Amino acid sequence: MARKRYSVFAVAREALRGHTGWPRAWASPEPRARYEAIIIGAGGHGLATAYYLGKNFGITDVAVLEKGWLGGGNTGRNTTIIRSNYLQDPSAAIYEKARSLYETLSQELNYNIMFSPRGVIMLAQTEHEVRGYTRTAHANALQGVATEFIGPQRVKELCPIISLDGPRYPVLGGLWQSRAGTARHDAVAWGYARACSDMGMHIIQKCEVTGIRSEGGRVTGVTTTRGDIGCDKLGVVVAGHSGRLAEMAGFRLPIESIGLQALVSEPVKPCMDVVVMANTVHGYMSQSDKGEMVIGGGADGFNNYTQRGSFHNIEQTVRALVETFPMISRLKMLRQWGGVVDMTGDRSPIISKTPLEGCYINCGWGTGGFKAIPGSGWGMAELMARGHSPLTEAFGMERFREGRFIDESVAAGVAH
Amino acid sequence: MLLLTCPNCGVTAEESEFHQGGEAHLRRAGPGSPDDAFEGYLFTRRNPHGVHFERWRHVFGCGKWFHAARCTATLEVFGTYPAQTTEPPADIVAAIRAKRPDWEGFR
Repeated sequence: MARKRYSVFAVAREALRGHTGWPRAWASPEPRARYEAIIIGAGGHGLATAYYLGKNFGITDVAVLEKGWLGGGNTGRNTTIIRSNYLQDPSAAIYEKARSLYETLSQELNYNIMFSPRGVIMLAQTEHEVRGYTRTAHANALQGVATEFIGPQRVKELCPIISLDGPRYPVLGGLWQSRAGTARHDAVAWGYARACSDMGMHIIQKCEVTGIRSEGGRVTGVTTTRGDIGCDKLGVVVAGHSGRLAEMAGFRLPIESIGLQALVSEPVKPCMDVVVMANTVHGYMSQSDKGEMVIGGGADGFNNYTQRGSFHNIEQTVRALVETFPMISRLKMLRQWGGVVDMTGDRSPIISKTPLEGCYINCGWGTGGFKAIPGSGWGMAELMARGHSPLTEAFGMERFREGRFIDESVAAGVAH
Repeated sequence: MLLLTCPNCGVTAEESEFHQGGEAHLRRAGPGSPDDAFEGYLFTRRNPHGVHFERWRHVFGCGKWFHAARCTATLEVFGTYPAQTTEPPADIVAAIRAKRPDWEGFR
């Protein structure tokens, strides 16, 4: 399928003929019996992995299998925040790689992902957070990630609707990353899918993997609801359901799946052009281009695969944000949804070889995977093609046995 | 919102009165155990899509720990039982079997 390039001329031409000439963005072929590489999971991370396998390594005999619909998991359920102000070096490297790829992704994919580097403030509302974020700012300076610790007045200038002297937690400053921001989450998945399809890869939706086949400790293919499909290399990129796939492949993961929810308000006029995260009180908020306030909070406290939310968590999040932004107190909430996030012990992802040869896994992004999609795909593709990648080296699953944690749980708090 | 009954004090309350403490019935790795055993004890979890045994603490009540059997796919609670045991008691197992005939069993 030859890709029709999107451009202002294409839009004008289609406007004149009633938008009847747009081709489907990606093909939906029948699965072949065998591929060089299979990626399980057509979310952002899976599609990005496939895309960079083709683009960076010329491997285009690839199928991306998805049990539901493309981008229907956490890719379509997050709050679209992109930032790279992490404390630990391996995290900063992969998240900054992702953030920098986001900068030019629209042009590269010829698909408008609406990357908006509007800036992210992580509020410091306790002395502990002031010290923590000052340390992160220093670490970022050494890592080459542009962040700075700013005082309360600068916070107020950047976000006038904020209340600096909240009743419980006054704003003492914040960690500011000016080139962080948001992007259109669905468009990221769709843009990658279109580019993958254009390279001749197969994106197969409604195709659930029910088993992983192997011979002599080496992966040979998968069993799916649409028949057996063979492969030389298998990439498992399924976020909350990683544990189930790992079980099929015969190993266990240091992961627990829990629920995380988000909500949006009714649309209002533009009032906030930065992203604000308040980790002490468990809430973060930004305004979408449609005018909705996009709100996220803390995760459920227990294992949960339901993709549902819970009212008391909404109450906690909204209560925190009303204290921080008093003007939102009378906003009506439009809708709310939940996703299943895969949490590791150190709150850092796993991008790793597995005990099953030829099978690779990319999971454990927890509550913050969207921001990492391009970097994660870049590193995972390199790992699958070459067997090692400098970007993913530190994220091997053996780190839990060796005690080599990339501890972001302390550094990042909850909102991640 | 889960409704849980604390087997220690008998109070039935909403989940916000409790705090989950992770998977139950883990076997602790002792001194001299190999790295794999420590990894298993500290980090590796069953994380099932279905019947899950877990620890809960009645934080805003009697403060004591107990165990619960719960379905992670539907949030149905099969029952709660005291924590002083290394495996789920027979009545809890029977309650799970009654509702999940194809459950593969404890461990």
